[in-house]
Amino acid sequence: MTKVIVQGKVKGIVLKTTNPINFLGAVDKKTGIIQDQKYDIFEKSIKNSILVFPHGIGSSVGAYTIYSLKSYESAPLAMICKKADLTVASGCALANIPMIVVSNEQFESIENGKEIEINTESTTILN
Amino acid sequence: MELTQEEQAALNGEKGDTLQTAYRILVATGEATNAEKLIPISWAHLSGVNYNTIGDSGEEFLRKISQDAKVKVKTTVNPMGFDFDHISEFKHIDEDFVRKQASIRDSYIKMGVDPTFSCTPYDIFDLPEKNTQVSFAESNAAIFANSLGDLKTNKESAFSALASAITGKSPYSDLRKDEIPTPLTIRMKMDNPNELDFGMLGFFAGKVGDTSVNISGVSQPDRRSCKAMCGGMGTSGTCAKFQFVDSDEKTGEKVDFGKEEMNEVFDELNTTDKGDLITLGSPQLGLEELSDLSKMLKGRSFKKRCMIFCSRAVQNQARNLDYTNEIEKAGGEILSDCCTCLTPLIDTNEIDSVTTNSIKGAYYLKNSTRVGVNLKPLSKIVEDDTQ
Repeated sequence: MTKVIVQGKVKGIVLKTTNPINFLGAVDKKTGIIQDQKYDIFEKSIKNSILVFPHGIGSSVGAYTIYSLKSYESAPLAMICKKADLTVASGCALANIPMIVVSNEQFESIENGKEIEINTESTTILN
Repeated sequence: MELTQEEQAALNGEKGDTLQTAYRILVATGEATNAEKLIPISWAHLSGVNYNTIGDSGEEFLRKISQDAKVKVKTTVNPMGFDFDHISEFKHIDEDFVRKQASIRDSYIKMGVDPTFSCTPYDIFDLPEKNTQVSFAESNAAIFANSLGDLKTNKESAFSALASAITGKSPYSDLRKDEIPTPLTIRMKMDNPNELDFGMLGFFAGKVGDTSVNISGVSQPDRRSCKAMCGGMGTSGTCAKFQFVDSDEKTGEKVDFGKEEMNEVFDELNTTDKGDLITLGSPQLGLEELSDLSKMLKGRSFKKRCMIFCSRAVQNQARNLDYTNEIEKAGGEILSDCCTCLTPLIDTNEIDSVTTNSIKGAYYLKNSTRVGVNLKPLSKIVEDDTQ
């Protein structure tokens, strides 16, 4: 099951984390660098990645962080989640970042560091 | 999601860019929460007011959208970065910050919001009748509304609440329906919990819970503890509602919150055993809490600087009732329109660590303000840090 939240077609390298993301507290809004050491992608940048994470958590202002990342050209190319939450969905909608929700199995099968292509027209993820 | 002809026309851009943007957000969030339609809401509470959190791109976005956007329903707003009445006392805050913050404030006022600048709208206004549909973005306020206020809201995002304010509508998501599946019960195993313990319980519950959780083993916490729990829960997860249950016999999956779980939360957020500065208020303090504080501080004075955050409305009431006198005599600085979370009033060139009883505050002090955090319940703060 793949559900399209924000449409688009992109190709990029997967940055995958098992941690749900609080965009306000954990991501630098200008650089896209993860600044909370509790995350397994601490000090990595989400810029220009296909960001794969379970779902967003925490502050509702995280939506502005996503919009800010886009303005500073530090946003991910696309986001793939297991569960859609309002903060990530609305942030991606306003910033025009393609976003899809996938099943647990699909989520597990996406490998970190691999190049993938997302096309929401045909709802496919190509490895 | 099914849209009416009028909604579809707005989504297609036939009613201008602003409404198109608002409907794009509502459709994305509706898809995200499996909503089948949009429904009317009667109160929106917006986050995204502090320049420190939304930055230049947020300030520009609001300036642009406020050219033609008008709120359609009662709309309240979250705290700003600082208190304009006291800004001259904080020399380290630069002019650019003040100017951008003023621009954000003015954009919201131009859109027609009620300038409450508070994360505790439930402490300022009487709540509407049971089951009223609202759209609250501030996470502690959304959880409070659903769990203690008998209202119905999603844990809205800054943009989804803004879209709701402008259109008067929100997706009819699960949280807005009568029956919310609540498969998990958290068993509170700590005796005589104080507000810090409740904050930690909330933080834990937010991590393990999904949309809604049951909490057993708790009897009638006071408002301070309830607010602490809402704040903690909103910070760590997606959970938007809790309910106290008397017995966990009939419920499904159970998780204990005991000494070990509490220590884990404490160790994640407490990074030092001493603070250079004390902050009280995230969520901002209500009238009852200021009344309690004034009694606790009678005849005492703080050994270090203490910032006390409450809404402007609550501060005015507290002044009328003379609760502020003892607090200010003790050296407490009462600040409004702002809050512990991400306020630039905390000057990191001057101080390295903050003492607070707020779990929500602790999370953002540690990760965003980037200072040491010393967690203590209010009673211990008064005992240790006043004389």
